[in-house]
Amino acid sequence: MASEDGQQHPLSVYFWIWGLLFVLSFFSYMVDYLNLQGNLRWGLILLFMFLKAGFIIAIFMHMKWERLALKIAILGPPVAIIVLIWLMSAEGLYIEETRIDYYGESTFEPEAPPHH
Amino acid sequence: MEPIGTEGVVHDFSRDKQAFGMPWGKAMMWIFLLSDTFIFSCFLVGYMSVRLATTDPWPIPSEVFALSFGGEPIPLILIAIMTFILITSSGTMAMAVNMGYRKDRKKTFWLMVATAALGASFVGMQAFEWTKLIVEEGVRPWGNPMGAAQFGSSFFMITGFHGMHVSAGVIYLLVIANRVRNGFYEKRGGKYEIVEITGLYWHFVDLVWVFIFAFFYLW
Repeated sequence: MASEDGQQHPLSVYFWIWGLLFVLSFFSYMVDYLNLQGNLRWGLILLFMFLKAGFIIAIFMHMKWERLALKIAILGPPVAIIVLIWLMSAEGLYIEETRIDYYGESTFEPEAPPHH
Repeated sequence: MEPIGTEGVVHDFSRDKQAFGMPWGKAMMWIFLLSDTFIFSCFLVGYMSVRLATTDPWPIPSEVFALSFGGEPIPLILIAIMTFILITSSGTMAMAVNMGYRKDRKKTFWLMVATAALGASFVGMQAFEWTKLIVEEGVRPWGNPMGAAQFGSSFFMITGFHGMHVSAGVIYLLVIANRVRNGFYEKRGGKYEIVEITGLYWHFVDLVWVFIFAFFYLW
């Protein structure tokens, strides 16, 4: 457990999480492979993303076993990013609107589909 | 016995000498990673705003990053392989940390070398991906034939910065692995918390990739 000697946990914990990360990555790849669209696509992408991120931070980075002071100091500040996302999405949508108002809809013609 | 919970927070933050009950190097790595979180967040939020703001169609990553092995192109296949490589390397790193605390220097060394090798192969695939995108698809930071010009600038900036982190991580891993091997830490009291600190950095690189994969390649 967490102590002055550092983080020591049974290997099985890591193998479980390792396997889980593979499965979750496979699922998120499937979202694209099966060409899911709309809210289902975005919802699943976010779900698998947060699960993967959570397991990496909690188990691989040992955050689960750290003291609450460190958890607050490290995981607290990133919450501010939510505000930035909110502000910038409002800004981005506003810029798009003004562009359409002043320049009209896009006249972009794709030259060619991607080669493979 | 130290207090835990909210009482523990008050106790830890009001300590005279040390707020976090861990080696200072580990606390500093966490604080560095926190600052790095903000850098990557700014990049991803910047990408979000330009993608929202452009009136041109956004190139479909699923098609742009498809790869054909003779037959039908498979969507995002290279990116999927890169994702699995990075997760594999995170697993070997977690093992290395565990072996480090068991003071099994040989296993720690080889697991760290394996992690570095997987990281290097990730960077190699990324170099291949960049080359294909630049040479075959004609993607530039200022434009591309498939859609919004901002696609290139966002892509090169975000994946470039991440690739730089992976490259730095490979060097970092090899330096520490070599020190584990040659007994450097034995002369310093035989403590191997440095392996965990290196591991924190490596897992963070994997963590950032989770977000890049979700927001840039899948969205």
